[in-house]
Amino acid sequence: MAEPAPDLTRPARPSRLTDPKFRALVFQILATLTVVAFLVYIVHNTLTNMEQRGISTGFGFLDRTAGFAILQSLIPYSETSTYGRTFVVGLLNTILVSALGVVCATLIGFVVGVLRLSSNWLIKKLATAYIETFRNIPLLLQIFFWYFAIGFNLPGPRQSIAIGETVFLNNRGLYVPAPVFGEGFGWTLAAIAVAIVAVIVLAHWARRRFELTGQSFHTVYVSLAILLGLPLLVFVATGAPLSWDMPALQGFNFRGGLTVIPELFALTLALSIYTAAFIAETVRSGIQSVSHGQTEAASALGLRPSWTLRLVIIPQAMRVIIPPLTSQYLNLTKNSSLAPAIGYPDLVAVFAGTTLNQTGQAVEIIAITMAVYLTLSLVISLFMNWYNKRMALKER
Amino acid sequence: MKLKRISLLAVAVAGVVATGTATAGATFDAVKKKGFVQCGVSTGLPGFSVSDDKGNWKGIDVDACRAVAAALFGDASKVKYTPLNAKERFTALQSGEIDMLPRNTTWTYTRDTSLGLNFAGVNYYDGQGFLISKKLGVKSAKELSGAAICIQAGTTTELNLADYFRANKMEYTAITYDSSDETIKGFEAGRCDVLTSDQSQLYALRIKLQKPDDAVVLPEVISKEPLGPVVRQGDDEWFNLVRWSLFAQINAEELGVTSANVDEKAKSTDPNVQRLLGGEGVKGEFLGVGDKWAYNIIKQVGNYGEMFERNVGQGSPLKIERGLNALWNKGGIQYAPPIR
Ligand SMILES: N[C@@H](CCC(=O)N[C@@H](CS)C(=O)NCC(=O)O)C(=O)O
Repeated sequence: MAEPAPDLTRPARPSRLTDPKFRALVFQILATLTVVAFLVYIVHNTLTNMEQRGISTGFGFLDRTAGFAILQSLIPYSETSTYGRTFVVGLLNTILVSALGVVCATLIGFVVGVLRLSSNWLIKKLATAYIETFRNIPLLLQIFFWYFAIGFNLPGPRQSIAIGETVFLNNRGLYVPAPVFGEGFGWTLAAIAVAIVAVIVLAHWARRRFELTGQSFHTVYVSLAILLGLPLLVFVATGAPLSWDMPALQGFNFRGGLTVIPELFALTLALSIYTAAFIAETVRSGIQSVSHGQTEAASALGLRPSWTLRLVIIPQAMRVIIPPLTSQYLNLTKNSSLAPAIGYPDLVAVFAGTTLNQTGQAVEIIAITMAVYLTLSLVISLFMNWYNKRMALKER
Repeated sequence: MKLKRISLLAVAVAGVVATGTATAGATFDAVKKKGFVQCGVSTGLPGFSVSDDKGNWKGIDVDACRAVAAALFGDASKVKYTPLNAKERFTALQSGEIDMLPRNTTWTYTRDTSLGLNFAGVNYYDGQGFLISKKLGVKSAKELSGAAICIQAGTTTELNLADYFRANKMEYTAITYDSSDETIKGFEAGRCDVLTSDQSQLYALRIKLQKPDDAVVLPEVISKEPLGPVVRQGDDEWFNLVRWSLFAQINAEELGVTSANVDEKAKSTDPNVQRLLGGEGVKGEFLGVGDKWAYNIIKQVGNYGEMFERNVGQGSPLKIERGLNALWNKGGIQYAPPIR
C-alpha cells in the first residue's frame, strides 16, 4: 500500500510555540504573575519593615476615638466619634465641594464659552480676558486670593452685614435661617416627588408630539407651574408645617441657622472659576466644530437664533465637548484636595492630615485616600461615558 | 509649596514601603559617613526654630541638632535643616528623610509607643494656653464658650482643646490650619477669636503679630507638653548620642561651665568637670565620639541655661521666665543623670 499523499489543503500543524495566540496568552499570564509577585513582595516588605521599626499596622485604628473637632460635617460628628467617622466626614466634605464646583464651573463655563463667540466685540474680549486670566494663574494662588484677600476683609461678627435681620455675612461665614420641618411636612415632600414624575411624563409626551406633529409645547412654563404649584398647594393645605431657625448673635459668634463657612465658599469659588475657564474653551471649540453651513441652513428654515443654538448647534457640539468636559470634572475633583491650604476640612485635611498624624498610620491612610480618589474619578468617568453614549450621533 | 508637601509625603510613604531592613547603628553610621545631621525643624517659630533672611537657623530646637553635630563632628555647623509642619513631621522621621526631629514636639504615650519613634529627652517643659485679642475683655479660659478657635492640624493641641471644652461643658468651633503662618493670619483677620497652642509658642507667635500688644495670653495652662528631640527606634547608638548631647548641656549648667569659661574650667581639678570635659575617667568612645565631645558642645553651643536665655529667655524678644525649665536645684525640674 502506498503512503497516503499529504493533505495539501491543510497546512502542516504548526508548533504551539509559534502560534501567536498561544504565545500572547503565555506572555500575558507571565506579565500578570510578575505584577502580582511584585505587589505581594511590596506588601510583605512594607509590613515587615514597619513591624521591625515598631510602627503599628492594620485597620484597627478606624474604631478608635478620634478626639478632635472638625469645622464642618454633613453628618453628626463629635470629639467622641471614631477615626472611621472622620473618614466619612472628610469624604462627604470632598464630595460636597466637588459637586458644587462641577455645577458652578459648568454653568460659568458654558456661558463664557458661548460669549466668547459673540459678535459683540466688547463681550467677546471680556470673555477672552476671563479665560486667559483664570486659566493661567495657579489654582492655589486663586484659592488663597478668594480666602485671604476677599473673605478676611469682611467685618467681624459684631459688625456683620445684615440683610433684613435674617441673613448675616461676616468673616466667619454666611448665616442663613435653617428650615425646621414640622409634623406633616412629609406630604409636601411626597407632592414634590409626584410633581417631578409628572414633569418627566409631560416632557416625554411633548417630545413625542413634537416629533409626530411638529407642534411645540410650552414644556418649561408648564413644568415650572407643576413643580412649584403642586407642593405649595399641599404645603398650605397641610397647615404650613415649617418654621425657621434664625441665626442670632450670642456671645462670640452667631448661633442657630445654617452657616456657609468661608473656607467652603472660597474653595468652591476658586475651583469653579478656574475650571470654568477650561470648560469655556472646550465649549468654544465644540461650537466651532459644527460647520457654519448648519447655522445658515437653520436660518434658511426660519429658526430663531436662540433656537438654532439650542436645537441645532449645542446637540452636535456636545459630542465634541463631553470627553474633554469629563476630564475637567476629574481635574476639579482632584484639585479639591488643595483644601487643607485654607483649612477646609476635606478628605485630605481631615483623614490624610489630622487622622494620619494622630495615628501615624501613613501607609494605610494614604492607600485608602488614593483608593477614594480613584473611585470618585471612575464614577465620574462612568457617568460621563454613559451620557456621551446617549448624546452620540444616532445613525438612522 | 503644596506640591512639595505632597511629594514629601509620597517620598516618605515610599520610603517606608521600599527600603530594605534597618540594622542597628544604621543612622549613626549613615550620619557619620555623610558628614552632617539632617535636622527636622518647624517652618518658623521664633525661639525654637526660625531662619533669618540669610537662611541661618536659630532656636533651642536648632541648638539640639547643633549640639549633636558638635559632639559627633566637633563642628556645630554641620547640620542641614528640613522645615516641617506638624502633620508631616513624624512621617518624615519614620521614612528616614531626617535623622532627628527636635520640633517643639510633645512626648506622649501614643507617639512613643506606636509610631516606631523614641523621645531622647525634654529640652523644654511646656503646657497649652490661649491667646486672645485684648478688646474682647476675656480674663479666663472658662469664659470661652462659643468661641471660634484657630489651631494647627496634627498636634496635641487639637486633642487637648477638645478634652478641655468637653470637660468644662463648653462649645467651640475649631478652625484647623496646616501651618502656623496661616493660623496667625486667621487669628489676625478675625476668623477666630482665640489662638491656642503650647504657651511658649503663643509668646513666640505673638511677636509675629502686627500689633503684639493687642493680644494677651490667658493664665490657664490646660495640659502637660514636654517637648523634646525624637529619633527613630532601632538605633540605640544614635539615640544615646542625641540624649547625652542634651544631658551634657544640662550638666554643664549645673557645674557652672559656660561657653565663655570652658577653656579655663578644663584646667579645673573638680572631677565632675574633668569627666564632663573629657579630661579624665569616662571616655567619649562609649558614645562612639571623641573625648572632647561635651567640650565641643559647650564651647560652640553653650550650656542649657545659655541656650535658653539666648533663644527664648531674657536675651531674646520672647523674655520667657525659666519657670519649670530652671534646674532642679533652682526651683525647676530640669535634671540630667550624672556623667560618670
Ligand atoms: N507640641 C505640640 C504642638 C506643636 C506645634 O506644631 N505647634 C505649632 C504652634 S501653632 C507650631 O509649632 N507650628 C510651626 C510650624 O508648623 O512650622 C505637639 O507636639 O503636637
